[in-house]
Amino acid sequence: MIQPLTEEKRFTLTQRPEGLIETQTLEVSIGPQHPSTHGVFRMDCVLDGETVVALKPVMGYLHRNHEQLAERMAWLGSMPYTDRLDYFNSMTNNWAYALAVEKLAGIKVPEHAEYVRVIMAELTRILNHSCVIGFMLQDLGAWGTPLLYAFREREKILDLFEAVSGSRMMCNYMRFGGVRVDMTEKDLAVARDIISRFPRFLDEFEKLLTTNEVLLARTQRVGILPKELAINASISGPMARASGVEYDIRKVDRYGVYGRIDFRVPVGDIGDVYDRYYIRVLEMRESIKILQQALRDIPAGPHVAPEVKLRNFKIPPGDGYGRVEAPKGELGFYLVSDEGGKQPYRYHVRPPSFINLTTLEDMCLGHKVADVVIILGSIDIVLGEVDR
Amino acid sequence: MEPIETIKEVVVQAVAGAQLEIVKSTPAAQQPAILADREHAYAVGKFFKEDPRFQMDFCSCVTAVDFLPKGDKPGFIEVVYHLYSVSLKQGPIILKVRAPREVEQCHVPSLTPLWRGAEFQEREAYDLYGVTFDGHPDLRRILMWDEFTDYPMRKDYEPPADYEWEPTPHDDTLQRAAQAGGIMPPTAREELEKTKKK
Amino acid sequence: MAVDEGLKSELQKQGIFVLPFEQLYNWGRKSSIWPLQFGLACCAIEMIASAAARYDLARFGAEVFRATPRQADLMIVAGTVTKKMAPQVVRLYNQMPEPKYCIAMGACAISGGPFKDGYNVLKGIDRYIPVDVHIPGCPPRPEALIHAIMTLQRKIATQHLEREQLRWYDKNATTEFPIPAYGERDLEPTANRELWHPPRDYTDVTLDEVKKA
Repeated sequence: MIQPLTEEKRFTLTQRPEGLIETQTLEVSIGPQHPSTHGVFRMDCVLDGETVVALKPVMGYLHRNHEQLAERMAWLGSMPYTDRLDYFNSMTNNWAYALAVEKLAGIKVPEHAEYVRVIMAELTRILNHSCVIGFMLQDLGAWGTPLLYAFREREKILDLFEAVSGSRMMCNYMRFGGVRVDMTEKDLAVARDIISRFPRFLDEFEKLLTTNEVLLARTQRVGILPKELAINASISGPMARASGVEYDIRKVDRYGVYGRIDFRVPVGDIGDVYDRYYIRVLEMRESIKILQQALRDIPAGPHVAPEVKLRNFKIPPGDGYGRVEAPKGELGFYLVSDEGGKQPYRYHVRPPSFINLTTLEDMCLGHKVADVVIILGSIDIVLGEVDR
Repeated sequence: MEPIETIKEVVVQAVAGAQLEIVKSTPAAQQPAILADREHAYAVGKFFKEDPRFQMDFCSCVTAVDFLPKGDKPGFIEVVYHLYSVSLKQGPIILKVRAPREVEQCHVPSLTPLWRGAEFQEREAYDLYGVTFDGHPDLRRILMWDEFTDYPMRKDYEPPADYEWEPTPHDDTLQRAAQAGGIMPPTAREELEKTKKK
Repeated sequence: MAVDEGLKSELQKQGIFVLPFEQLYNWGRKSSIWPLQFGLACCAIEMIASAAARYDLARFGAEVFRATPRQADLMIVAGTVTKKMAPQVVRLYNQMPEPKYCIAMGACAISGGPFKDGYNVLKGIDRYIPVDVHIPGCPPRPEALIHAIMTLQRKIATQHLEREQLRWYDKNATTEFPIPAYGERDLEPTANRELWHPPRDYTDVTLDEVKKA
């Protein structure tokens, strides 16, 4: 149980074991502007020397009241705003919202559109994981090299996104019942080309990083998250799987066409920072397998369900919860529709980054200040999602 | 997962004195919820967590919804919990608790001692809706700054008037800008003249 | 004192360059603008992408993004500024030494952007600090950010040492801007009235008159 930080605990004199020197704890506020936080995020650390004694995360510096805005717009009007939630992976955010609305309204999506969605989501996953590893290594001190390699690969995928949906980052691509614009044969060929070159990039990445002495020394046995705490604290995504929790929403809910695609889910055992790094590398390899199968089996067909009329789109009253496996964890949308049904009455985002931060203090206790930055990097937060 | 009526019977037998109702959702979504009363919500949650048939150890989503009073029916704030099971790979079970809208009476038992994952989300519901969770270890504002006094996500919240005074396509914004003294449509200008003359 | 063009080219052929001092001064300043590493939201990712390998920003002088405001010349406000964050942004701007510049990148930093109807969104960072270049877009492409840096370079090249009073040589001008405080419903003050002049109605009704009416 966490106790709020009382005045005594903040400024106490700590007794050294020998009883000779009395020192004072130091309260440091890391953030909201700091080169190593992933956005405007603040941590109030209480340090004894360099060891962390207490840590409180402070968020809300990017609270843009997305949920209140959605209550004033039509159902489709908040689709561009979902792009800006987790601004790295706009495709999976769109898919989560479209899935929630389709669940609530009972819309069936044609096969071709489902395959296109899977292709876009898995491309987003490999984009996200490579950039996260880049950012984590930047925090470790590898000044920019893995990050620039990751961004080089990201640019290629963003070119494909721009050709298909019109925008590099804020794609606004999914619609209720399918996708907005179809992927042409040329786009599919570009996607196949990206997939064929990606394993070579991953091999190069791994050769530099996975057995690297500095990475091993600084990330093994740092920030361990036990399995029971991970389940109890609702941790999801690669962070939970690194701690041994075998739960992947793609395998459990089998939404989209994931039921037909053959892929494995890597699960770690210790749950330290190195496990979370390596899980992401393995997930990238699995995503390539998924993409190869999806690009091989994609059928022809309509890209959006023809019976959905987006003008005067109404949903009968009720509520529902739809979730997907976003690259950061379980992204869910809880939507309530009242009579009238043209606007959501309540629109809530279940953000994975926000809830994955619950155990930040437990993971950081006893470690040094420099480790706090790496542990935060391995949780993989994006402030657009944490604060909405 | 068994149908919702069976689940309700099981819970009513296990937790003494609980008054439960079933709340339906849209016919397509098939996600009916169990509405528990405030006194027994904690016991119901504990039952779902520990019973070997359910083992709901993963609290996925905690939301607060504000329902305004409609005619004779009083308004209420509803807190919704979505529970999943990681060990048995089943779910969701949806638990709802209601409380009156007035801030002093809006108290709900906190389920954070059962599921640590509810901690930040309950703090968010407190911050944005004013729902007080009894038994929460650290209830303070999380998204707004500490000196903030309003509960912004409530349906009757009035945002502060700090709009830029220039025409925008939104009628709502034009109205507010006109009231705050900026660009005025001609009709509003006449009304202002009339009130001045009074 | 203008130099005759013919004389200038003759001297150049001999290897002697003649130019006004301020041209040299401005050339040095504009070719080595070091930005502050300060990304708030989605536009920050496009800022990082413009500093990455494909749209290399280091070619234009922004070689390193400094982490501390004390060593930076330029603050690129990339992303939505919320009211909770606004005091920290103003504080950071105050900590930068003169000459300092500010670029408002993205629709959110200019005027609140798509989140304008927000209770926590500051409707434009130019309410509290002076902005030199605005970049529209949501998010603006990396090429747009490069265009903005080039525009800023042109602006710096035209800053005259003698004729105009530069802010950092003017004894009466202020380089530290007041930091807003957290109020009960909103920030106090809601804007810096000396910097931000909202467009007014043509008959110029003041707010006090309306409130009294």
